[in-house]
Amino acid sequence: MPTHTGMRKNLIERMLPIIASVSMLFLLGIAFTLVFTSLPVFKSVSLQGFLFGSEWIPTAETPSLGIWSLMVASFYVTFGAILFALPLGLGSALYTAEIASPKVKEVIKPVMEILAGIPSVVFGFFGIVFVAPIVQKAFHLDTGLCGFTAAIILGLMAIPTVASISEDAISAISKDLRNASYALGANRWETIINAVLPAAKTGIFTSIILGVSRALGETMTVLMVAGGAIKIPTGLFVPMRPMTAAIAGEMGEAVVGSPHYHALFAMGLVLFVINIIFNLIADQFQKGKRNV
Amino acid sequence: MFDLLIKALKNRDDRTVAQEMGFMALRICILIVVISLCILLFYITMKGFRVVNFEFLTQAPRDGMVKGGIFPAILGTFLLSVGALIFALPTGVLTAVWLTEYAINQKFVRIVRIGINSLAGVPSIVFGLFGLMFFVKFMQFGVSLLSGALVLGILILPTIIGASEEALLTVPKAFKEASLALGATRWETMYKITLPNAISGIITGIILSVGRAAGETAPILMTAATFYTARLPNSLFSKVMALPYHIYALMTEGSKKGQTEIAYGTALVLLLLVLAINSVAIFIRIKARRARKW
Repeated sequence: MPTHTGMRKNLIERMLPIIASVSMLFLLGIAFTLVFTSLPVFKSVSLQGFLFGSEWIPTAETPSLGIWSLMVASFYVTFGAILFALPLGLGSALYTAEIASPKVKEVIKPVMEILAGIPSVVFGFFGIVFVAPIVQKAFHLDTGLCGFTAAIILGLMAIPTVASISEDAISAISKDLRNASYALGANRWETIINAVLPAAKTGIFTSIILGVSRALGETMTVLMVAGGAIKIPTGLFVPMRPMTAAIAGEMGEAVVGSPHYHALFAMGLVLFVINIIFNLIADQFQKGKRNV
Repeated sequence: MFDLLIKALKNRDDRTVAQEMGFMALRICILIVVISLCILLFYITMKGFRVVNFEFLTQAPRDGMVKGGIFPAILGTFLLSVGALIFALPTGVLTAVWLTEYAINQKFVRIVRIGINSLAGVPSIVFGLFGLMFFVKFMQFGVSLLSGALVLGILILPTIIGASEEALLTVPKAFKEASLALGATRWETMYKITLPNAISGIITGIILSVGRAAGETAPILMTAATFYTARLPNSLFSKVMALPYHIYALMTEGSKKGQTEIAYGTALVLLLLVLAINSVAIFIRIKARRARKW
């Protein structure tokens, strides 16, 4: 469009840059609020003690505020979730992009959209009433509310993210690459494995990062399903309390202004920073892809 | 020679078998996903169906949450979603307008985009923390409909911007150039030509984000939601009941018999609500694609 520097702008047009800055302002507002509210916690605990301290006893008279066990729990459920979501999501994406007929595609698209649209609290509820009892029986556990159940549900929730971004990447690969592979005598499967997957690897990697970021930040599911035990998890099959669950579950009881209260905000800051980093990495990858 | 031929045939056989097995693995992946979704939908529908009736949808809870209905929660979720939209809709659409039609300074655009993308990745519980500190405490809105709606509004802002931008970009340049050539100003072109032609895409995005807002729990946990109120909300500063929070509270607070049954009903209502919202969006998208004039 031609530039209209000489044209008079009306009030709304003048306001547009300000309105467009609102997202950034809120992002900065969130960052500022988290930092500002977190800082007082370091009167009671050192940064190292906070991040790597293994004791989380926030309500004791002299509270122990080490979030290591909660971070490890977050890591466990997220890692478990990706173990489910990556093969299933990538498999679904490959199926949709490479094998499915147009008719089947028409069915798969809404399936993924519905899966992505189901509220997390419904997933959590389904985890409590349906998945947890099955897990408990199948693995002879004391309780089905454990990291493994949370990982299954989180994995299911992350599948649409992984699948849709991977599929975009796979579909974007040029026909020439495929034809070259066929011309060399490769069959369809060999083409998928040796030509399509390597070419789509940035997109697939991006999908994993965003899937991880989604699973890590997910709150209601882990709050309801992961079991809530506060100690360093010894495996996936024990109850655990990831960071998001701790914030959501304990904020109601934390006395405003207490070290516990500030520690929960500091945990939010940790989550915020991790997620921003993941998103920036994913952003860079996608930009790199566009430039090719 | 003969040996070679046999070897080649055998090899091809292996390769075909590998292909069949590979395709089978992919089919199993998609089947697991589809079946999981079906089980979830079927199970909640079967269990919830027994609870949901006219009274359930129109009455307030009675007898310590185990009798009566969930009308206040339905109303609360409706009000929170509408409130979020009132904030996010103009902000989001105008941001998209600026990004697609007005922005010249690429550095500034880049900063704005980083803001939008990062905001989209912020965990929902962090929005809750921000809302608690900023709206509830600092602005002194209290735990209220207003605080919750504003937090949800910020949460859906990136979705609305993204969808609007995509919709605005599909409008052909020729339309705008024709309008400008007729002497219309840039703003007239925007609201008489570009926006009307992009409207179905924008509406689709808006509806999808309403579905998202209606289902979110973590952001309203500390900013708006309450398990039970005797009265329906009568001002922006009332605490509200909300469907997603209601499910969570029924499962975690108190242990009366019958709470789980109500939770099944509530989960079904929320599920149907969100699915209905999303179907409307998908329907509009399909219809708009067919009706497109270019």
